[in-house]
Amino acid sequence: MVEVHLWSGLRSLTGGQQVVEVQAKTTGELLRELVRAHPQLQAPIDAGVSIAIDGRVIATGLTEPIPEGSEIYLMQRLRGG
Amino acid sequence: MALDDRKSEFTFVGTRPDRPDGLDKVTGRAKFGADVSAPGMLHGAILRSPHAHARIVKIDASKAEAHKDVKAVVTRADFSDKVPFQPGLEGEFWNVLENVMAGEKALYDGHAVAAIAATSALAARDALKLIEVEYEVLPHVTDVDKAMASDAPVIREGAADYSVPEGMHPNVVRYHESGHGNVDAGFAEADLVIEDSFVTEATHQGYIEPHACLGMLGNDGKGELWCTTQGHWIAQKTCAALLGIETSQLRVTASEIGGGFGGKTTVFIEPVALALSRKANRPVKLVMSRSEVFRATGPTSSASMDIKIGMKKDGTISAAQGVFRLQGGAFPGAPGDMTAMCAFAPYNLTNVKQIGYDVMANRPKQAAYRAPGAPMGAFAVESVIDELCKKLGLDPVDVRLKNAAHEGTQASYGPTYERIGLVETLEAAKAHPHYSAPLKPGQGRGISCGFWFNHGGETSVSLALSEDGSAQLMVGTPDIGGSRASMALMAAEVLGIPYENIRVTIADTASLGYNDVSHGSRVTYASGLATIKAARHAVERLCGRAAAKWGIPVDAVKWEDGCAVPSGPNAGDFDPMPLADITADMGATGGPISGHFEATPEGAGVSFGTHIVDAEVDPETGKTSVTRYTVIQDAGKAIHPTYVEGQYQGGAAQGIGWALNEEYVYGEDGRLQNSIFLDYRIPVASDLPMIDTVIVEVPNPGHPFGVRGVGETGIVPPLAAIANAVSHAAGVRMRQLPMSPPRILAALKDNG
Amino acid sequence: MSKFHVSTTVNGDAVEYLCDPRETLLDCLRDKLNLTGAKEGCGTGDCGACSVSVDGRLVCSCLMLGVEAEGKQIDTVEGIAEGDVLHPLQKNFIEHAALQCGVCTPGILVAAKSLLEKNPSPTEEEARYWLAGNLCRCTGYDKIIRAVMETAEELREAS
Repeated sequence: MVEVHLWSGLRSLTGGQQVVEVQAKTTGELLRELVRAHPQLQAPIDAGVSIAIDGRVIATGLTEPIPEGSEIYLMQRLRGG
Repeated sequence: MALDDRKSEFTFVGTRPDRPDGLDKVTGRAKFGADVSAPGMLHGAILRSPHAHARIVKIDASKAEAHKDVKAVVTRADFSDKVPFQPGLEGEFWNVLENVMAGEKALYDGHAVAAIAATSALAARDALKLIEVEYEVLPHVTDVDKAMASDAPVIREGAADYSVPEGMHPNVVRYHESGHGNVDAGFAEADLVIEDSFVTEATHQGYIEPHACLGMLGNDGKGELWCTTQGHWIAQKTCAALLGIETSQLRVTASEIGGGFGGKTTVFIEPVALALSRKANRPVKLVMSRSEVFRATGPTSSASMDIKIGMKKDGTISAAQGVFRLQGGAFPGAPGDMTAMCAFAPYNLTNVKQIGYDVMANRPKQAAYRAPGAPMGAFAVESVIDELCKKLGLDPVDVRLKNAAHEGTQASYGPTYERIGLVETLEAAKAHPHYSAPLKPGQGRGISCGFWFNHGGETSVSLALSEDGSAQLMVGTPDIGGSRASMALMAAEVLGIPYENIRVTIADTASLGYNDVSHGSRVTYASGLATIKAARHAVERLCGRAAAKWGIPVDAVKWEDGCAVPSGPNAGDFDPMPLADITADMGATGGPISGHFEATPEGAGVSFGTHIVDAEVDPETGKTSVTRYTVIQDAGKAIHPTYVEGQYQGGAAQGIGWALNEEYVYGEDGRLQNSIFLDYRIPVASDLPMIDTVIVEVPNPGHPFGVRGVGETGIVPPLAAIANAVSHAAGVRMRQLPMSPPRILAALKDNG
Repeated sequence: MSKFHVSTTVNGDAVEYLCDPRETLLDCLRDKLNLTGAKEGCGTGDCGACSVSVDGRLVCSCLMLGVEAEGKQIDTVEGIAEGDVLHPLQKNFIEHAALQCGVCTPGILVAAKSLLEKNPSPTEEEARYWLAGNLCRCTGYDKIIRAVMETAEELREAS
């Protein structure tokens, strides 16, 4: 199991939880499992999210490995100028 | 063969050769957006709403259509009706379509409502007057705080996405909240808490080249588009969606680009030119006037912000909280989330909370502008930190060092930082002669830190070797500031052939796979990483070819200084085989040798900077002069240091304009009052001092050479650094940008 | 509307064109003579990207009508180099990285050349004020001013 830290604006979609536990070995699994556990997370995920694994921000890849015990933050997808 | 994944000793990287496009650009030969024409070409012109908010009751174009010089007229009906409306940013294609050509309502002064193609530019302009539009003028709002108020006119129902809490005005379309710890407990621990509010006006990216394009689209759904853009693949994708054609049938070529800064990351006139072309069955050129650029493209968001920070007597920040309301025009997209996430990112905070609002108003659709959202937040936060330092009698650099984020710090936006360079920039600031230089009476000194995420993005690069041993490199990120030089340096480093023997081309959409836009400070990072990997791919194949010639296993060959060499004494005794010897007969030894990279580099590496500014305020006129400016920023590794300095200087200069002069001025009627460069005054040469730079290099672990993007961070600290300098010089805290002479005089007067 | 026939000299070459009386010199240079080096950044004489020299005087070609070029000597960025030999300003702009996007460069080169013809020893302040009519959004002017000052010094040493 990995703990996924959400940004606090998402609490309204997860019944107040800001940290969600899911079973996932890759970024793709993580997103799938998040939506399975909390279907309302589909909208923010569709709008674009990045996943920070131990501080490294993964913007798109679904196959990035998630090591056991790593620190996972879901972030809004970044845009730039 | 063995390749080191990371590199710290360089032959070409870090040198400062002439840029490959230099000759074209100093002789007038370089082809920008408006510099091409085509046989049979028509000229387009766009009719724009004079109202800030109005229902379009009727458009009668019959007189224009009957005119002998007019070959096509288009309105919204000539675009795809298959683009779905969705809330927030999920329906961005719809948002762009609605911005490109108004549907039921004109949503801001300057919103396109119809367009004409005619036989000359003058004829097109004249014929616009023949189109009759009946408007029902509606109440409008242009101010962010007023747009959130309960009595504000609703711009579009249903535009708010999932994130907006119940009970908010429909103009609030996205909401962000993040942070950690307990700010109330943190404020209770503080010796001093300051709470203050700040306002910044919208500013325009101000690129000197207006949007321009030449489009050809046949009724067979096949088209060609030439345009000035930061990203021709996004232009391809968006135009195809808006016109209802297949993406691959539209080939887009990026012209030389005369500045973008985020403002050319989307489309405005390109789909219109293609729609006109499809109707007229002739190529159509469309070029914006400067006034159209100001009224209908860009600008950045305006902002209204509340900051509360608690500090202990020793300078430790015990809690920090910010509310950031950003106005992004009549569409979702104002980067309130980015402002919130960046505002406190330089600091190692136990208790932090940030809230961002994306608010719609009757203004043009905001576009990214260099670190979109970050400069405003930094202005507010760093102003309060400065005020705390002043009240507690602490040195502003020492306080920032004390609280500075470093490797292992939990960022204000959540994750833990990898290796970052903020502390190094602060230490360089403290040691810099500028920081200890004496000030003259009437002058003030300000400092500020700044943060930006940086971005990776989809990237495709191809590198092809020629028989004579030269190399052609095709990248897909338009070169805005000298990136072809950086790409050639990185390729030279890997291949071991001279910089001059590499020709870098910005390939069109038919020649490479998808490339994300030149934005997010990503070009030197992502296209650079892709170039390195494509070159390594080619080197692998070169080694394979050498191995075959020598008759030894491929893993017994390595690449050194541009030559294949046996990897060790057991591999065999062969003279080094230079690249050109391998390519000379490659057609006969296995065929063309190329290298490729297609992926999304992950690991852009965040970026920090610290700026020092001296400013002098004339109490008679309220005019501010910037007398000295120093930019210190972490580049990870500067590939071409001169162009890195250029990015730092350019960011600082734009920040100076934003801080002191530039603003969108709207009248009571909701019309933009200053839509030419005379009235929207960007810094000119006589306004500025030399801008000193210090390049700090703390390698980014996510790039083979350690590169961090440098394009955007340079505009984050200036607003606050200048505001702090001006506030010290004037003896009064400045809370509103720009700090134009009338505002400074008013502040001096209020202060007695 | 009937067009006017104009005979003029551009970069030393005799040229002719027909133009509408409302068309600017910039329009005529770009659209009729294919000299697209001068750019339209504003159309109101504020940005200087269209700078050319008319009978030795620096003007914004967007503020002058095409018909007014009759009988004049026009010099544009395309005429600054002599054959394949770059003017020292052009050489120094490349070497000093005094351009990023390069769209303001043609106008700035024309304006800087005009400055050095009138004042071979400008102070930094004089150079900054002379070039105040030429907007650059990329560089912050630092490297532009350095390239101009360096060129002035080189030209003084050479003469």
